[in-house]
Amino acid sequence: MELIESPLQDLKKEVSTGTTIIAVQYQDGVIIGADSRTSSGSYAVNRVTDKLTPVHDYIYCLRSGSAADTQIIASYVSYYLNMFSIEEGCLPTVKKAAHMFREFCYQNKQYLLASIIVAGWDEENGGCVYNVPLGGSIIKQPFAIGGSGSSYLYGYCDIHFKENMTEEEAISFVSKGITEAIARDGSSGGICRIATINKDGVKRRTIYGNELQKFWEK
Amino acid sequence: MQKGGFNFDLYQRNVELIEKNNYKVPKTTKTGTTIVGVVFSDGVVLGADTRATSGPIVADPNCEKIHRISDYIWCAGAGTAADTENTTGMISLQLELLSLSTGRSPRVRTALTLLKNFLFRYHGYISAALVLGGVDFTGPHLHMIHPHGSTSTLPYISMGSGSLAAMAVLETGYSSKMGEEDAKSLVHQAILSGILNDLGSGGNVDLCVIKHKSMEFFRNIDTTNSKRKFRKKLPYMFKSGSTKILEKEIEEKMRKMEIVNEKENAIEELEEL
Repeated sequence: MELIESPLQDLKKEVSTGTTIIAVQYQDGVIIGADSRTSSGSYAVNRVTDKLTPVHDYIYCLRSGSAADTQIIASYVSYYLNMFSIEEGCLPTVKKAAHMFREFCYQNKQYLLASIIVAGWDEENGGCVYNVPLGGSIIKQPFAIGGSGSSYLYGYCDIHFKENMTEEEAISFVSKGITEAIARDGSSGGICRIATINKDGVKRRTIYGNELQKFWEK
Repeated sequence: MQKGGFNFDLYQRNVELIEKNNYKVPKTTKTGTTIVGVVFSDGVVLGADTRATSGPIVADPNCEKIHRISDYIWCAGAGTAADTENTTGMISLQLELLSLSTGRSPRVRTALTLLKNFLFRYHGYISAALVLGGVDFTGPHLHMIHPHGSTSTLPYISMGSGSLAAMAVLETGYSSKMGEEDAKSLVHQAILSGILNDLGSGGNVDLCVIKHKSMEFFRNIDTTNSKRKFRKKLPYMFKSGSTKILEKEIEEKMRKMEIVNEKENAIEELEEL
């Protein structure tokens, strides 16, 4: 029974988005990107996950950690943001969304395993990226990376990031980063999902596995 | 005072019972299962095996794992049998009440939110892994729900212990342009793959085809795995004389009864009382 049970033990583990997520500020807004693998142990439960979750018209969050926890938190924040924006009669700022995420993650830190990047565009501040990692801290950054695959990207991002990139440069930055992480991290894989958020709204695109750039491979 | 949720007061006692008193914990009936769902052009097909296990023993060789949530929203469940049945039962009630109070036919998405919020509150302790499928006025939908409350929306899904075997078949055979017959055949093959290759799955194949305002339930569409060659006919009938009689002893248990006084209208008297 021992031998037979080992692949099944994977299915009993909690589903986590062992992930790579990146968000970067550019000239007119933000570019966000993620891989598409949701794993449960070593079994890929969903190979085409959408980790780019909208919480409002111009604000998205990138989820990593426990799939259940992050889905519920994003659901709550989306609900409250909508209520507040209707009451105030104006679009919410990315800062408000990020602080709301922080409130949930910090106050319930014993029960949650959620590391979230909040990115979007608002009128006053343009494109903003906020990192809300595991403990519930909040940091505003020009670019943020998260998930298990991000370990392989710190060097890459430090060298290649520039302030005020154009849209093409920023998309190239994000897609190459995701590609690298997918190549090196076992818990990241699938396709690369990218979204551009600026004053004109959200534009989404998908880069399939065979279109991802190859680095130093023959 | 704790309102709702689980009560862990007896946890310490249970641990001591198991360790010191060698108490044998009764096994819960699990559906070590293969459940599958596929979206096709006009709707959704759900499939399941029919074996319910209690440890290594088959508790029920022909149980029903596809539960009704609403007329055109059905849900296949893997995990602990009690959890899947009661969870789907409760959400079915809630959905019916919601549909009556809003005056609208229920949506698959609503059932999904009710199920995910319910399971999330219990942090994975309610071991119910579900494949929820149905057709509402917005079209066909198929979702997977894990015990911790995370969900995914996909065109084809497999869950349970036989999910790896079933997924192999689905990945090979799925196409976005499938019709009803192709989808039924694919689901059938996927469940068979689970039944044959996974020890926790077995029995017959159940199929459920849901289209717009139509639902067909094929209970035991495939029973080839249940046709065992050597099977004793039930009930057990032994020929008279198969057991040797060693000793015979006759005791008079009942003494003769004498009728002393008979009342003619006894029954009428009782009725008046």
